[in-house]
Amino acid sequence: MSRKLWPFHGGIHVDNDYKALSNTTPVQPAPLPAELILPLQQHIGAPAKPIVAVGDQVLKGQMIAAADGFVSAPIHAPTSGVISAIEPRPIPHSSGLMGNAIVIRSDGADRWIERPTSSDYRSLDPAQLREQIRDAGIVGLGGAGFPSFIKLNPGARTAVDTLILNGAECEPWISCDDRLMREQPQAIIGGARIMRYALQARETLIAVEDNKPEAIAALRQALHDVDAAGELELVVIPTRYPTGGEKQLIQVLTGREVPSGGLPLDAGIVCHNVATAASVERAINHGEPLISRYLTITGPAVTKPGNWEVLIGTPMAELLRLAGGAEEGQLLQGGPMMGVVMPSRAVPVVKTSNCLLLLPPAPTTPPHPCIRCGRCAEVCPVKLLPQQLYWHARAKDFDKVQDYHLFDCIECGCCAYVCPSQLPLVHYYRFAKSAIWAQEREKRAADLARQRHDQQQQRRAREQAEKAARAAKKRAALAADSDDAAATAKKAAIAAALARAKAKRAAATPENTDNLTAAQQAAIDAVDARRRTAQPVTPPQDPT
Amino acid sequence: MTTFTTPVSSPHIHGPNHVSRVMAEVIFALLPAVAVYHWLFGWGVLLNIVLVTLGAVIAEGLILRLRRRPVVPAITDLSAVVTALLLAIALPPLAPWWLPFIGGAFAIIFAKQLYGGLGYNPFNPAMIGYVALLISFPVEMTTWLAPSYLQPPPLDLMATLTYALQGALPPGITLDALTAATPLDLQRTRIGVEQPIDLQHAATPLFAGNSHSSALWLQLAILSGGLWLLWRRIISWHVPVAMLGTLALLALLFHLIDSSYPGPLFHISSGAALLGAFFIATDPVSGATSERGRLLFGAGVGVFAFVIRSWGGYPDAIAFSVLLMNMAAPTIDYYTQPRVYGHVRSD
Repeated sequence: MSRKLWPFHGGIHVDNDYKALSNTTPVQPAPLPAELILPLQQHIGAPAKPIVAVGDQVLKGQMIAAADGFVSAPIHAPTSGVISAIEPRPIPHSSGLMGNAIVIRSDGADRWIERPTSSDYRSLDPAQLREQIRDAGIVGLGGAGFPSFIKLNPGARTAVDTLILNGAECEPWISCDDRLMREQPQAIIGGARIMRYALQARETLIAVEDNKPEAIAALRQALHDVDAAGELELVVIPTRYPTGGEKQLIQVLTGREVPSGGLPLDAGIVCHNVATAASVERAINHGEPLISRYLTITGPAVTKPGNWEVLIGTPMAELLRLAGGAEEGQLLQGGPMMGVVMPSRAVPVVKTSNCLLLLPPAPTTPPHPCIRCGRCAEVCPVKLLPQQLYWHARAKDFDKVQDYHLFDCIECGCCAYVCPSQLPLVHYYRFAKSAIWAQEREKRAADLARQRHDQQQQRRAREQAEKAARAAKKRAALAADSDDAAATAKKAAIAAALARAKAKRAAATPENTDNLTAAQQAAIDAVDARRRTAQPVTPPQDPT
Repeated sequence: MTTFTTPVSSPHIHGPNHVSRVMAEVIFALLPAVAVYHWLFGWGVLLNIVLVTLGAVIAEGLILRLRRRPVVPAITDLSAVVTALLLAIALPPLAPWWLPFIGGAFAIIFAKQLYGGLGYNPFNPAMIGYVALLISFPVEMTTWLAPSYLQPPPLDLMATLTYALQGALPPGITLDALTAATPLDLQRTRIGVEQPIDLQHAATPLFAGNSHSSALWLQLAILSGGLWLLWRRIISWHVPVAMLGTLALLALLFHLIDSSYPGPLFHISSGAALLGAFFIATDPVSGATSERGRLLFGAGVGVFAFVIRSWGGYPDAIAFSVLLMNMAAPTIDYYTQPRVYGHVRSD
């Protein structure tokens, strides 16, 4: 049963992971909130497009926003109620920017929409399965939020060799996956089998860190009960942050590396979170879209830490009250290593929220200078040289940081965790990355402008050249006139032409002195005679 | 102990590692050597430590004031004290007071603060201080005491202070009676006349070394401090192993070819080889940082140490070797970048 495992470079062992604060009590359902806020962007890709209007009555599970394009995911009403607004609201993003959201005023009845009857997944073909999973709004619940159906498509390019279900949950404090594995191992296994079928994967591994013995036992028991054929394999891996990172987990389980800039699929591997598997099972076997999730609420500033099943869209403030969160303190979404500071407590839980971590207000100590101790390089799971990246990022030498492979950084935070100078290293890398992105955007815009300018210049040059060519031709033609031999012939030809023209004109239009009557002719003669005898006429004087 | 840190960006927790803790561990690791040194040579050792530290810390404070930088965090990070301690135990134990003071101040001002302070110095400040003193004051720097039990009457604290401040020895004692040639001096002078070094001289104290085998204790004290640093993961094994290994290998090679060259044991246990390997060449600021880079850096120090000891103009060479390799460190780092995850080796 034991399987060969590979080590990954570096990583850290956190002295106390504080998971025991929240993982000892069963998951409780969080009460129905009065108002649910559903940002249209809860996933990687294009935001969903609302398909309801303000004032519409919606039922639990009803699709309220549809996927907009291929890389996108629909959103469903987590409870029944009325659409009270579709407007910008604070979203769980560190920028503090607002994002468009659909707001539902709950009617308290929590009435379900009619759910499709379940059918055996094996009677569907993989394309149909993917469609159902997409329509259920399922995205990666581990944190990235990539639409899951895309990652269930092996494509024509590569065969999927290994499907990995990530139950590592290596970040300190978080325990929602741990509780899910303990409480719903059948759902995870059911989902895993559906995913395996959709991908036609050769083998399927469920990886769990060895600091979760209860979850391991529950999964093992469920595998024993459900998976008699042995389609799935439970792999216990050593506890070491960030072994739950996709690339690190792949390395631990298979010894393979995902090529830089590539996808796990390039190595024949697909990774999904265990919670995603459970939601796939719910969608396929029970017809329920993704409208709720397990969420850890914990931290030193929380008096009743634990796990709750919360509806997507529940405001974080209400959940913090539930867990006895202090009024003061810094709210993070996610764990302490990679979590994001929330701009306000009014932001809602979204599909990718796995943990609310409330930290007490901490004194800020200025960092010391880097002493080049190299601890950061020892712990970097990607084998970068974090201090070189730091120097060059600080100097804004963006070519150099890319030479040192900045974009391979997974922002796990190990370097900053061990840094004796307490430098906010990851902050420097994020700064450098966004500066480079901005530069590239500018460069693209500038390139476009330059291209347009160049084209304009070319067009003008071409027009001028054509004009010059025409003028030259004309000049050449005129110059040719003075050439004797050709000229006489030409002159004769011209004279002949003129004569012809004259004759033609004469023939065509008779003058009014032709064909005169005798009286008219006599009158004209008389006038002519008078004119000959008369004094020359002086022009009249100008009266002025 | 996990601590919560400034909430600019993740991570929001921090491990127990801290600059001042690193420095304090280095100081702690040097204590056994200081104790044995004091036992061997008397009060001059402690006096040197006090004077170098004063020179270093005062200079650091003054320059930081001039640079309008916060003084207290820089002094409490203990980096100046580590520099001072390393320089102090490299100095002759009986020296006029201004020698260690100037050494400490010079090291901090010229080798550290003028480059921008902690983390910015390309050279090891303690070694710059040592070399500056060695070149400027060759007589004072090469007057080495014989260990206390070889001196007719050992100098007490008062006599040491009197000599340091006034240059006067107690009546009836001459400097010649107190000092002795070191084994590395002997090795230098004897290789020429093809007289092999007696292994009796092999156990020798720091930088110059002295002629009694119980000075082995000093080397053992340094070794134990170095092993402590390794165990605490303050230093990595790469530099000490590469440096001592290279030194021993070259010594063995030449010893086998021509037995007038002393063997590997002599080289490793002489002078500042161990101090250099564990405490000086491992200075992270001025050394190489990648793992392969550290191996190269250590090997380079070993080669230079052997070359200068065998054929150079100075009996011991750790300071020069380390400084020479400090110059090479950025280049070494550039060419020894590890293969990044997901990349193929060739790039």
